[in-house]
Amino acid sequence: MSALLLAADTATTKGSLNMIGYGLAAVGPGIGIGLIFAAYINGTARQPELQSKLQPIAILGFALAEALAIIGIALAFVLK
Amino acid sequence: MTQVSLDGIAAGFVAPGPADFQLPDIFNGNQVLLTKASLLLVLAAIIVVVAFRASIRPAAVVPGKFQFAGEQAYSFVRDGIARDIIGERDYAKYVPLLVSMFFFVLVNNLFGLIPIIQFPTFSRAGFAYGLAALVWLIYNGVGIGRHGVSGYFKLQTMPAGVPWWILPLLIPLEFLSNILIRPVTLSLRLFANMFAGHLLLLLFATGADYLLIHATGPLVKPAGVLSFVLGVLVGFLELVVEVLQAYVFTLLTASYIAGALADTH
Repeated sequence: MSALLLAADTATTKGSLNMIGYGLAAVGPGIGIGLIFAAYINGTARQPELQSKLQPIAILGFALAEALAIIGIALAFVLK
Repeated sequence: MTQVSLDGIAAGFVAPGPADFQLPDIFNGNQVLLTKASLLLVLAAIIVVVAFRASIRPAAVVPGKFQFAGEQAYSFVRDGIARDIIGERDYAKYVPLLVSMFFFVLVNNLFGLIPIIQFPTFSRAGFAYGLAALVWLIYNGVGIGRHGVSGYFKLQTMPAGVPWWILPLLIPLEFLSNILIRPVTLSLRLFANMFAGHLLLLLFATGADYLLIHATGPLVKPAGVLSFVLGVLVGFLELVVEVLQAYVFTLLTASYIAGALADTH
């Protein structure tokens, strides 16, 4: 662990620890959005006439789950 | 801004970063902090007001094209968002707020793609914080107005049907989640989406410029063309994200108001 931090400090390392952090942070929202849309597709498959009633709920769930990934990429650029 | 040094290409490319979002002051040295972003905010408000007023001016029973478009836009928010989320009983009072909020955020977001303007105003975090603070004041004020302070506190922090011994753990958690963190995530969602999208567009555009004109090396020209094409595609993605973020902001505002108005059990 300290070797990793040391490697990020020295000038010879190219790349950014921020981006590694973002990559790890994107796993959760990726799984979450997959689950949300799997539920939406299942619901539409079982009862197609409900598609327009389920759509706002799916969009809301997607935006809430994606918010964490987007906060990750934004803070990866902003924080040094 | 970070210096990028790639093997085979001269180390001259400066990747875009948060400093690119700090626009210069218009009245230089006049102690007035007015930037392009503040002007765009006012311009968006003017556009929304003028467009809606112009669309309802004919007031014909059988609407013409522009009036029909305005009515469709209005009823999209009123029926799809306000009536469905807040419910038949109380939704009418909040329709002006939700309609103006949706179109205000939408126009501000779309400024990111319009040729000469090319700056989504909510990529500056302060504007998003202000709007989220307004939403926070509104939904808390509405809740306290209907239920009183203690009733509203009970509504937000003590959900029905939980056993008594879990309440000491649940009350701080619910308070944190419903009252303290909601404005933070609301503003950060809008800000971060606009910031990341604009940063991507900047990266592809400046990257294409650098690769096509200034860089030397074997694969530079095709890479430049590829970067340009990807930039256009990301522009289309940006359009979807901008409309979606405006919709989600308004949807969440309506949802928070509905949650504050909900009947206690």
